[in-house]
Amino acid sequence: MSARPDEHLPARPVAWARLLLLIPFVAVLWVPFYNRIEPTWSGIPFFYWYQLLWIILSAAIIAVVYRLEHRAGHGA
Amino acid sequence: MINWTALIVFVLLFGLVTWIGFIAAHWRRGDLTMLHEWGLGGRRFGTIVTWFLIGGDLYTAYTFIAVPALMFGAGAIAFFAVPYTVMIYPILYIVFPRLWSVARKHGYVTSADFVRGRFGNRWLALAIACTGILATMPYIALQLVGIQVVLGAMGIETGGLSGDLPLVIAFVILAAFTYTSGLRAPAMIAIVKDLLIYITVIAAIIVVPLHLGGYGKMFAAIPPAKLLLAAPPAGSLGSFSTYATLALGSALALFLYPHSITGILSSSSARVVRRNAAALPAYSLMLGLLALVGFMAIAVGVQSMPEFTAGFKAYSNNFAVPALFLAIFPSWFVGVAFAAIAIGALVPAAIMSIATANTFTRNIYREFINPACTNVQESQMAKIVSLVIKAGALVFIFVIPFQFALYLQLLGGVWIIQTLPAVILGLYTRLLNGWALLIGWASGFCLGTWMAASVNFAPVYPLHIFGTTVPCYIALASLVVNVVVAAVLSLVLNAVSSDRHKDVTVASDYA
Repeated sequence: MSARPDEHLPARPVAWARLLLLIPFVAVLWVPFYNRIEPTWSGIPFFYWYQLLWIILSAAIIAVVYRLEHRAGHGA
Repeated sequence: MINWTALIVFVLLFGLVTWIGFIAAHWRRGDLTMLHEWGLGGRRFGTIVTWFLIGGDLYTAYTFIAVPALMFGAGAIAFFAVPYTVMIYPILYIVFPRLWSVARKHGYVTSADFVRGRFGNRWLALAIACTGILATMPYIALQLVGIQVVLGAMGIETGGLSGDLPLVIAFVILAAFTYTSGLRAPAMIAIVKDLLIYITVIAAIIVVPLHLGGYGKMFAAIPPAKLLLAAPPAGSLGSFSTYATLALGSALALFLYPHSITGILSSSSARVVRRNAAALPAYSLMLGLLALVGFMAIAVGVQSMPEFTAGFKAYSNNFAVPALFLAIFPSWFVGVAFAAIAIGALVPAAIMSIATANTFTRNIYREFINPACTNVQESQMAKIVSLVIKAGALVFIFVIPFQFALYLQLLGGVWIIQTLPAVILGLYTRLLNGWALLIGWASGFCLGTWMAASVNFAPVYPLHIFGTTVPCYIALASLVVNVVVAAVLSLVLNAVSSDRHKDVTVASDYA
């Protein structure tokens, strides 16, 4: 059915890696920390670039966790 | 006055996606008389198609109009859409591959299917199914608002019976290709739609700041009150807890909507779901940048331009984005941008109507009305229900005031989150009792609705905790009550008579 034979193999959950996924929650729920204008980044207030940056950082964290859980020998 | 160049480009692109919608029936051919083929595309979508499908599904036309409109009107508070999209993907990564696996194993098409199998309680499953349908209906109706605004912006009179005609045509097209092609149609159209949206957003975030003289100048033009969240008054967490709970509550609710579940279950493996959790944030970035388009509209000063007075009067702040595009871009590109928004309404509207049709057919029709129905009858029923739902959404938008649709959409979020204990906690533990979950659901549902009504349908309710006022997103507050009720009653009911033997799933189904 699927082109890749490994497609249905489960990930092997790596508990400590999954804890990394909590970091974005802390980062964006701590509102008083980032509700400020300085430091600006090319004219963009901190409030805006900080949160936009976390979109990229959280995607990167998820990608790292995915890599860790699908390494060769771990069903990948 | 009709903007002919924009309208011609718009109609051409709309025609293209209509054609795609019909030929999609032949794509990765399957037996469309089976519900999982029509309603889940045969569970065959790989990483890339799933990326377009879920992206097209979650980031709707209404989002593209409403988020910048709220930035334009209310400022920084509207940016909660960004932390919200930051939090949804870790949740997607951890939780939903489990749902995919168990659904694949047992042939589940909806979340209520899973709840039925897991808890063996048809009334709990009915509550989950009805909540899903109820929460999605106003959402479909709001997609129409996106189409209405861009049609109006191109100079087409959208009031009155003749003015409703373009919208009716758009929806007849949508209904026809959803009926014939099922989920394959929005999946294929989503690819075109997203390319158009990306082109539009990238153009906006490059061209408009050039026009204004850089991002610094743009932010300098924003009134200070809109630039940051207001500092909370003494004894209150004020806008801080408003912002954080709105983001968290919306993130918890998102993947409980039937259309999100349909997108997830149509993928070809749990691994595809995980890969997409890392890849979908590309859309969030676009949404975040698009939110800034609301500020661009302030900086360009569209509100004081005489040519847009009528538009703002008709569509209020929802007109901000179309007005900005009209003010900055040549007509042909306005056509592209507006087509992107309108097609961006069709994709989620199609998926939502398919998802609600799946839910009605599986969890109400087959469970309660015609248990003996054949697979062919089942998928035929779903196709017909998808038509009824779309017709309902159309009537909704013509008959019911726009403000009411907004209230219902807000309540939809409050309602859908009440399914979290049964669906998400249910994926991890069978400690909860089916009847306890049903009573928890009812408590959260009633309390949340009451809270919303008592603050005149604002999303946030001021809780008083140990002398501090904590404005909290109603969905989140009522969810806490739901979980507590379900947990306490589970202890009691399981002691009296456990319903655990009714679970048809086993631990290995979830891996």
